[in-house]
Amino acid sequence: MRIPGVLIALFAVLLVGCGESRVDFHGKDITGVMDDLSFTLTDENGDRVSESIVDGKAVVLFFGYTHCPDYCPMTLTLLAQAMNTLSEQQREQLRVLFISVDPERDTPALLKEYTAYFGPEVIGLTGSKEQLDDVTKRYRTAYGYGDKDEQGNYEVSHGLAMYGFDKRGQVRLLMRNDQPVEQVADDLRALIDL
Amino acid sequence: MWHTLQTALTPYILSPLTVLLCLLAAAGWVLGARRLARQGRAPSVWRTLSFFTGLLLCYAVIHTQFDYYARYMFFMHRIQHLVLHHLGAFLIALANPLPVLAAVAGDRRFPRLARAFAPLRRILFDPVVATVLFVGLIFFWLWPSVHFDAMLSLRLYELMNWSMLIDGVIFWLVILDPRDPRQARTSGFGVRFLMLVAALFPQILLGAYITFSEPGLYDVYAICGRAWPLSPATDQVLGGVLTWIPPAMMTILGALVVLRYYLNYEQQGD
Repeated sequence: MRIPGVLIALFAVLLVGCGESRVDFHGKDITGVMDDLSFTLTDENGDRVSESIVDGKAVVLFFGYTHCPDYCPMTLTLLAQAMNTLSEQQREQLRVLFISVDPERDTPALLKEYTAYFGPEVIGLTGSKEQLDDVTKRYRTAYGYGDKDEQGNYEVSHGLAMYGFDKRGQVRLLMRNDQPVEQVADDLRALIDL
Repeated sequence: MWHTLQTALTPYILSPLTVLLCLLAAAGWVLGARRLARQGRAPSVWRTLSFFTGLLLCYAVIHTQFDYYARYMFFMHRIQHLVLHHLGAFLIALANPLPVLAAVAGDRRFPRLARAFAPLRRILFDPVVATVLFVGLIFFWLWPSVHFDAMLSLRLYELMNWSMLIDGVIFWLVILDPRDPRQARTSGFGVRFLMLVAALFPQILLGAYITFSEPGLYDVYAICGRAWPLSPATDQVLGGVLTWIPPAMMTILGALVVLRYYLNYEQQGD
């Protein structure tokens, strides 16, 4: 299929605009496709926070919930493994934001306990439905809840993407959790160096 | 109740372009119909009903809460395109809107504008081009990598939906043109049958391919999260069936309308 290729290239030019420094990510370059990093949420201490908590740092953003049986622990483990290959200096320039879309069960205390497993760079956040709707809409992702079983457990659907932002808060990268650790590490380094 | 309705009608992402184009289309019909009524040539109630039902359906799937589900569920996205490309576009074209919209201009004529657009119109309304575009756009936007990008980028998403609607209207305008082809020099009824057949089979093949493929063909819905926890396999099968069967039924419906026109003019010819 040659024609779609040409058209995509054309659209890409339209979308990306000019003047951006180009990098070769293993993941998908989404520079300019979405808005800059911005949110109002509650952090692990129950405080209302904004994107200013990660000012000047590269950011990986990920949506999930702590009761998640598979994707969330897998993805956070993958990120933790990738970050282990970075130097301490590099790690200091990077933060991972884990936004829980299940505020009913994910209290700040539970988030704090959960993110501690994956390293000090991981920050847990959650918020009201309006706040979560706002930030999920911004990054083209959706979430929803399944029916509760007898024990009150329920499934939560959420996006699997990891969004990378450069130090200026511009969206640059979309990683999937099936990327090998080395590739994720490469992309994190590229993100920090931008 | 009122609150629920309000929530349902609120667009997921406000698009001024969509509001503007829909209002222009509605205002165009109302103005044109009034002008024609003064000359005693008002469009019938059925045509008006068909036009506004088609327009409202299209608006509903792209600019209400429905759009949210269409962005985050593959099968809902297929319903959205079914309305834009088939049902809504079909109803708009069935209303034979061009003479009504042209009447907005009244007695004024724009020969230069008409001349400038004549070649474009000739190309887009050519039976081969119209059919290739109709089928081609379905395949293009369903190409997995293209589909992925369209669901991520707001601009591409809007381009996708509007290209589907406009292309759908053009295709059905060629098929459902009520004038006698011998006098209006439009595509003959036989040609229109061939167009429908040519458009039918690729859609059936694509629908069947999606239905029977391994789940995960359109993984953007997993990457971006679904509106509710539905298994990717179910979502894909539903989407495949919706690409396969309802469009095929719309093709048959189109063929029936063409057949009716044909029989009408045949009788007149005798």
